[in-house]
Amino acid sequence: MSDIHKAIEAVWKIESTRLIAGIARVTRDLGIAEELAQDALIAALEQWPEDGIPEKPAAWLMTAAKRRAIDGLRRGRMLEQKHGEIERELEFRQRRLGEAMDQALDQVIDDDILRLIFTACHPVLTVEGRIALTLRVACGLTTVEIARSFLVPEKTLGQRIVRAKKTLSEAHVPFETPRGDELRKRLESVLSVVYLIFNEGYTATSGGEWMRAALCVDALRLGRMLAELLPEESEVHGLLALMELQASRTAARRGPTGEAVLLPEQDRSLWDYAQIERGMAALHQAQRLGGGAHSYALQAAIAACHARAHTAAETDWERIVVLYDALLQVSPSPIVALNRAVAVGMAHGPAAGLQALDALAAEPALTNYHLLPSVRGDLLLKLGRYAEAREELQRALAMTDNVRERDLLSKKLKQAMFID
Amino acid sequence: MRFMMMVIPKGYEMASPDALPTTEAVAKMMEYNKSLQKAGVLLALDGLFPPSTGARISYADSKATVTDGPFAETKEVIGGYWILQVRSREEAIEWAKRAPMSNNEIIEVRQIHDMADFPEDVRKASQGFEALPNAAARKA
Repeated sequence: MSDIHKAIEAVWKIESTRLIAGIARVTRDLGIAEELAQDALIAALEQWPEDGIPEKPAAWLMTAAKRRAIDGLRRGRMLEQKHGEIERELEFRQRRLGEAMDQALDQVIDDDILRLIFTACHPVLTVEGRIALTLRVACGLTTVEIARSFLVPEKTLGQRIVRAKKTLSEAHVPFETPRGDELRKRLESVLSVVYLIFNEGYTATSGGEWMRAALCVDALRLGRMLAELLPEESEVHGLLALMELQASRTAARRGPTGEAVLLPEQDRSLWDYAQIERGMAALHQAQRLGGGAHSYALQAAIAACHARAHTAAETDWERIVVLYDALLQVSPSPIVALNRAVAVGMAHGPAAGLQALDALAAEPALTNYHLLPSVRGDLLLKLGRYAEAREELQRALAMTDNVRERDLLSKKLKQAMFID
Repeated sequence: MRFMMMVIPKGYEMASPDALPTTEAVAKMMEYNKSLQKAGVLLALDGLFPPSTGARISYADSKATVTDGPFAETKEVIGGYWILQVRSREEAIEWAKRAPMSNNEIIEVRQIHDMADFPEDVRKASQGFEALPNAAARKA
């Protein structure tokens, strides 16, 4: 990509959210607004390489979008019967639309950005549609970038966005921010979309997956935006804390050959301590607002226990067990229970851990989940029950195709052979 | 990617110790800072006292020599900085272009090293460094 195209992309990343929000303020339709903004981007890609980037790029883009909007209005009207009255009315409407769009950019307020995000994350859309549309309108990612990040063909991703916009328009979803109880409910959808984006990036495994890993940064950015826009909502700060604390370990999570390095073995000097402090501050804010017992804040508090520990041995596992107990209350899930069993094993010894784990054995959701035998094997290993440990580790190996996971399990299995 | 945007204000190299920006300049800067914050890209920012209140420590022949400010020979000094997290160098530059600076002032944009940028042996050499900042994080 040439330098000017990179620069245009950067301008887009900075200006597109306000631009789309400004247009939608006039059109009251996110789909149309997004298309007009895209048209403006195409115009910029044609003209800026020749003329250079204008001094006020946002205003330039808005003018280009306005031109397209007025053209669209004309085309739509011309299909109808030609008539003097209509002609005059059309002129009037064009003028009004033009004026409204001229002012739109200056009038964009926080609420417009919120409307944009809430509409993109509307429950009427599929989860995939919400993710794609949010990255497109709130993070300024191009279709190519989103497609590469999610490892899907560009065409598929393009269709996903078209479908999402169509669904919004067919369902007559109003361009607005919900209030009161409705806000809480809809906020859950927004936050889960942000966390899904973050996790998609967090699972990227190699340097070659740079584009995927960058999703973490976009999710953090969304989290910080939301914390500014909804400063009184504790769960927003809870999620931001969780993401900052998890992302602070990024550099330590992979070894020199890209292999996974688990928390106890991580080189803690590679953690980003400035980021940990930001996470701690966000967690504190969530707790101050009375949201300490909510799901994201509790998960963040668990991550904070790890962040506070100077060495793996210093981890306050007893506190982590208490936090997992609370988490099980607000969002019960077999995976949370499994993690709790691991924590119990660390806090109260492998026998107690095994007991907690075996209480989950009948859990149907965990039947084919390799971490169940993997954790069991680990605990048996610590109890010196090597034959049983080997059996569990072998069972775990048979359940996963993930190369990194298999490496880890094979290493443990060798360890079990060696000791016996 | 993290970038530091360093402000190099004209004349700051000779500014008096109690030099303060005008209310108008502060208001404009606050508006800009807010836009960075609302876009979710701002990680940190600070303003620095003028060099006349500072000191330079220079090293020669394994000896450290202290010189109090201002530093007559210096043409450009840093007045403050922002740290941004963005997707690209170009994005950092575009943000810098939007800062409310006066004529002839300069912003220098530089990428911040991530530990992951260093080879394994350098990373090894930095082990144990977490002690200090971690102590700060613990208090939170």
